Amino acid sequence: MLEFLMSPAVYSFVRGPLVWIAFLVFIVGSAYRIYVMISTVKKEKLVLPYMSLRYSIRSILHWVIPFGSVNWRRHPVITIVTFLFHICLVFTPIFLLSHNILWHESWGISWWTLPESLADIMTLIVIFSCVFFFFRRIIASEVRFVTYPSDFLILAIAFLPFLTGFLAYHQWLLPHEAMVNLHILFGAIMLIAVPFSRIIHMIFGWFTRAYTGSEFGMVRHVRDY
Amino acid sequence: MALAVKQKEKAWGKVLDAGLDETIKKLTPEKIEQVIKKALEKMGPGRLKTMVETCIHCGLCSEACHTYLSNDRDPTFAPVAKVKQTMWPILKNKGRVSPEFIRRAAEIAYTECNLCKRCSMYCPFGIDMAYIILSVRRICHLLGVTPLYLQDTAHSHAVTMNQMWVKQDDWIDTLQWQEEETRGEIKNPIIPINKEGADIMYSVIGPEPKFQAHLMGQAAVIMNVAGIDWTYPSFDGWDNSDMAMYSGDHEIMGRVKRAHFEAAMKLKVKKIVMGECGHAFRSIYDVGNRWLGLRMPPVPVIHAIQFYYELLREGRIKIKKKFDKPVTLHDPCNVIRGRGLHEMARYVTNALCEDFREMNPNKEYNFCCNAGGGVINCGPPWTKKRVISNRVKAEQMKATGAPIVITPCHNCHSGIEDVIKYYKLGMHTKFFSQIIVEVMEIPEKFKL
Repeated sequence: MLEFLMSPAVYSFVRGPLVWIAFLVFIVGSAYRIYVMISTVKKEKLVLPYMSLRYSIRSILHWVIPFGSVNWRRHPVITIVTFLFHICLVFTPIFLLSHNILWHESWGISWWTLPESLADIMTLIVIFSCVFFFFRRIIASEVRFVTYPSDFLILAIAFLPFLTGFLAYHQWLLPHEAMVNLHILFGAIMLIAVPFSRIIHMIFGWFTRAYTGSEFGMVRHVRDY
Repeated sequence: MALAVKQKEKAWGKVLDAGLDETIKKLTPEKIEQVIKKALEKMGPGRLKTMVETCIHCGLCSEACHTYLSNDRDPTFAPVAKVKQTMWPILKNKGRVSPEFIRRAAEIAYTECNLCKRCSMYCPFGIDMAYIILSVRRICHLLGVTPLYLQDTAHSHAVTMNQMWVKQDDWIDTLQWQEEETRGEIKNPIIPINKEGADIMYSVIGPEPKFQAHLMGQAAVIMNVAGIDWTYPSFDGWDNSDMAMYSGDHEIMGRVKRAHFEAAMKLKVKKIVMGECGHAFRSIYDVGNRWLGLRMPPVPVIHAIQFYYELLREGRIKIKKKFDKPVTLHDPCNVIRGRGLHEMARYVTNALCEDFREMNPNKEYNFCCNAGGGVINCGPPWTKKRVISNRVKAEQMKATGAPIVITPCHNCHSGIEDVIKYYKLGMHTKFFSQIIVEVMEIPEKFKL
């Protein structure tokens, strides 16, 4: 098994076609989900006429700024963990030196990169945030009551690429080649899972926020944050 | 797969309601599936599905809910938990659920959620849980599973176009009787009926002529003293209330709203002013108009809070001596979170009362009365559950130390009075209009 994982054949598959498939599914799948969502909502006729750009932005801004809403202020620990988790989850892979080297090798493009020690810390933040969310799901009764196995699955999907990436970078536990292959595999799974799971909240969340912001701002004349 | 939900024994015991218990006996999973599929198709599941799929099950909405806080943080009362026990299985099983599941879903949707939308303000994604629960009610209505008392008011709307089975002769008689009563308060008052081209059509809820007619008398005093050009219609459409909206009967809701708007248009009035009612405002300003395909109401609609605010600001009514007992103010969700009238409500309160004490939290963050959303209209079987599930309101009011709670909404008014009684707070609820009549200056020409 380990030998198979380490084999160059696996590497050339995950480094080549799998990455293409992953990005394709992620981008095309998400675009399709957005298209279907907007066209079914359009049919309802009760949503789009009430959308307001000004109040959408007002609402989104209050919620993407840490402690910008009443509920963020009520839960300081969750707010800090949630913000750190999402920021590190999104930006670490994009600005990681090793990833930049990969697309520089493939297409000759690259951009600004994070210092490696900082990227290391950001990866650890994601890992420990996942542990935090895992225990919150088990310990907090109001969360436990609405937790399904799929919630743990989503958490694992976010957790594994970062764990394997961290271990690969430090060359711990498994031989480097095997860990890198696993890392790419889990990364691909994460991208592919976006349009098929509730990770879609990374896309839909902006729309639902904008809708509620518009209704509260334009029709109800009150704050929604 | 049919789902049955286990229910823990609660302080209020098992509540019997023929509207739920008897009606589910006629249902089968096949029938339920058929009805739900059609309902979802007609409703257009766009918003519903998007919201359900966006929810990450984080539970951050829990503390927004008065029923969750009041029931010692029982996780089954969190807003997301209510959706979990109703809409998630319905969507997941594509409508194939058991009659017992529908019984439980109806109980949650009609008696554990007031559609107050406080949770939408606390959800990071702004998921509109009230909309989801209202969709559950729509499904329950189409299945014929609605609390008996609530269904009776919906029947009344269907038959009489008002909530309380008031017949037209009773209505006209009440107007004339109140005009007579008002003669004991001021000189030569009139209650104009069918005055075409008046500035204002004043509208009330069904229960006012039925058993709170004195409120109509008080409104007449205010209107006459302020010199308002106003009128009531003698015909259907005088009632602005709308329990069909809450039972899930959109068709009746549409008929009732159309009658109301048409009454105003027939009388060629400039605007509708409505009494101190919250849900009626929601149905005219937010929900009913949309069902009729109207983006906004076709005739401007002003809630009593705004009307009194304008009267006081313009000096059309003057205050003789401010109300001297300490008061606190309950912000009704449908006109505060639903229309942002909180600052006007404070202006009015300060103009009328000497000692105004804020509840905390307040304004758009205020806790619901747990009576609105049709919950109080589910009737006596559910009263105990309703007051036990609003302990936070009792604590919030008690902390102000004020003996009077101003509640500019009928459901809040009755619901909070129940909470006060149950928790023995020794307080009383009052409408703005009651205080205005008490403290206003009566000009010479109206003095008896």
